Amino acid sequence: MRDRITAFLVLLPSLLAIGIFVYGFIGQNLWVSLTDWGKDPAQALALRPELRFVGLENYRELFTGFVDVRFRQSVVNLIFFTLFFMAGSLGLGLLLALAVDRAPKGEGFFRTVFLFPMALSFVVTGTIWRWMLQPQGGVNVLPTLFGLPPLSFPWLATREQVLVFDWNHLPFYTALAVALVLLYVAHAAYREGERRRFLWALFSAGVLLLWAFTLGRGLKLLPYPETHGFSLALVGVILAAIWQMAGYTMALYLAGLRGIPVEVLEAARVDGASEWQLFRRVIFPMLAPITLSAMIVLGHIALKIFDLIFAMAGLDYAPTDVPAIYMYLLAFRGNQFAKGAAIGILLLLLVAVVVIPYLASQLRKEVRR
Amino acid sequence: MRKWLLAIGVVLGLSALAQGGKLEIFSWWAGDEGPALEALIRLYKQKYPGVEVINGTVTGGAGVNARAVLKTRMLGGDPPDTFQVHAGMELIGTWVVANRMEDLTPLFRQEGWLQVFPKGLIDLISYKGGIWSVPVNIHRSNVMWYIPARLRAWGVTPPRTWAEFLATCEALKRKGVQAPLALGENWTQQHLWESVALATLGPDGWNNLWRGKLKFTDPKAVAVWDTFGKVLSCANPDASGLSWQQAVDRVVQGQAAFNIMGDWAAGYMATTLKLKPGTDFAWAPSPGTQGVFMMLSDSFGLPKGAKNRQNALNWLRLVGSKEGQDTFNPLKGSIAARLDSDPSKYNAYGQSAMKDWRSNRIVGSLVHGAVAPESFMSQFGTVMEIFLQTKNPQAAANAAQAIADQVGLGR
Repeated sequence: MRDRITAFLVLLPSLLAIGIFVYGFIGQNLWVSLTDWGKDPAQALALRPELRFVGLENYRELFTGFVDVRFRQSVVNLIFFTLFFMAGSLGLGLLLALAVDRAPKGEGFFRTVFLFPMALSFVVTGTIWRWMLQPQGGVNVLPTLFGLPPLSFPWLATREQVLVFDWNHLPFYTALAVALVLLYVAHAAYREGERRRFLWALFSAGVLLLWAFTLGRGLKLLPYPETHGFSLALVGVILAAIWQMAGYTMALYLAGLRGIPVEVLEAARVDGASEWQLFRRVIFPMLAPITLSAMIVLGHIALKIFDLIFAMAGLDYAPTDVPAIYMYLLAFRGNQFAKGAAIGILLLLLVAVVVIPYLASQLRKEVRR
Repeated sequence: MRKWLLAIGVVLGLSALAQGGKLEIFSWWAGDEGPALEALIRLYKQKYPGVEVINGTVTGGAGVNARAVLKTRMLGGDPPDTFQVHAGMELIGTWVVANRMEDLTPLFRQEGWLQVFPKGLIDLISYKGGIWSVPVNIHRSNVMWYIPARLRAWGVTPPRTWAEFLATCEALKRKGVQAPLALGENWTQQHLWESVALATLGPDGWNNLWRGKLKFTDPKAVAVWDTFGKVLSCANPDASGLSWQQAVDRVVQGQAAFNIMGDWAAGYMATTLKLKPGTDFAWAPSPGTQGVFMMLSDSFGLPKGAKNRQNALNWLRLVGSKEGQDTFNPLKGSIAARLDSDPSKYNAYGQSAMKDWRSNRIVGSLVHGAVAPESFMSQFGTVMEIFLQTKNPQAAANAAQAIADQVGLGR
């Protein structure tokens, strides 16, 4: 009993601090996002601003309002950035880890070399890469060293978009993507022999698909078509981000590779497994938990990205816009505090979608132990 | 324990003593502009030796960072004694409407400033019967820069209208100048836009736009985007990667013929690049804006609840005085807002700008905070991005009008 009281007393200060400074402020931010703070300039920066409750109006404007087209492009940018950045970092990190792992000599040296970019701040990385990606210098003149013609891709300066789609089709595509995930869950449940979960997942996927192909296609968010896509200016940013973080995933994978018992590998070899089968059936499955942790870390870095883009392209350049930057612009330049708060909440939800399932599964594992 | 008490006592005592003698000046003048502010502070210290001046500078071009810091401080109820702000709607639309500033009309009367500042300027800093800040300097936005020797070599003259500009541009392209107009990142593109808009709408149309009397969707206003699009086709495609200095460099190095930029470009070319104003480089009003001076101005205001109000008032007195302005402006590369300043203290460009300041019609700049509130200004970048992405004048005009309605422009 005494121990419990002491434990409680010791924990109390940090509980209070976190309660106020984290959850309290999240709550306040949520409240602000439901008000009209900033709509009326006379109230925006008054000493005691009077706020009126407007419900989800700010959110509605962000997703379907005429002026907030830039927010929608920034969301699309963020999703593509996150996907490519995670795929690139994981892929390159794994390749580097395998290479360093097999290197007969100089492992320590190469490990340091590849890990080093992680020690830099994103602002430094961004500034360096901004110079290197100047259309008339840096990376583009690299081929001339080997007597080849220089590249002509304008990197950050391009306004081109690929994978263009109409924002009005967003509900349809979202339903499709979620249904695919559910189908995958169903597939996994079937293989594990969990009948109930299998049926549920299959059923939900079916309902979603049905909705998508009947009502979902007719749903219009906007009265006019509005195209968004993957802006190619992001390629340079993704490159810089991968350059910075690939070393980190390499370090994680290297630890994972070292953690695989030699006996297992030997046993597989004795059983006549080819090198590819060894990777496919033994090494990759054993690296899966590492991949998951790395994805969580990279995912939340990607979703919160601000400083790298700030340093590389500035705040005012829409082709490389992400919600965090638009939030800063709206709140601290345009005095639209409520709308800024709404973007903040949306970002929090996005990160929560990535982190909470992970935390939950970790927690469950610990309880089981 | 006793030591601690003693230390706390000493600190409290010291801060009490110094209370009467402090002045915090909040600005974004650092780097090249720092010496001008320091000269002004030195002058203040000579006049009021007992006052401890705190130079609260937050760096970042055109005050983008400083303004964010200022907002947090003001919202937290900790205003600096006086702060730098672009004269006009940037101050009025954010701070005056929120009832956070003191009316400076009595100060203007007392110092006789209503006579020494031009009326067009007083109009821009007035709102609801009050005058809200003291302008310290004047910059001009609608200036076109070029290198006379190069224009002679190409056989062209500085164009006087945008139609002439487009013809000159074609001629230059035929002579192998791929991008006759040098352009930089987003805000410099907006800067170009305001010159095009002023020329297309004329000074009255320009003012009506900001008073809400002329809609952005009016065919006349849509035509601005039309011309702007044509002008952009003369500019370099890699604009978004260049700072304004790099854009000026392109003109100096002969990769481009013209650049539309505020007259801080004169300071850059004269001081940093060591070119001689009037001979090595030259200027003209941007096409179609002869006789109009599109101004922007840095000014200082007095927030309500300033801790050292009297010291701040003395600072404002100095900032608005002839001595103060003629100390500050030659170093800053701007001209004095007063009409009675001493031309001999300024370089060739400054003297020419002064002449125009005294004779031209005065209108305010959009990009530099004179005519539109921040809520509009900050989203105008989005309008520009919509236009650059779609190249559709109507779409940009619709977006601009939607934002104007949303923020209640002109109300």
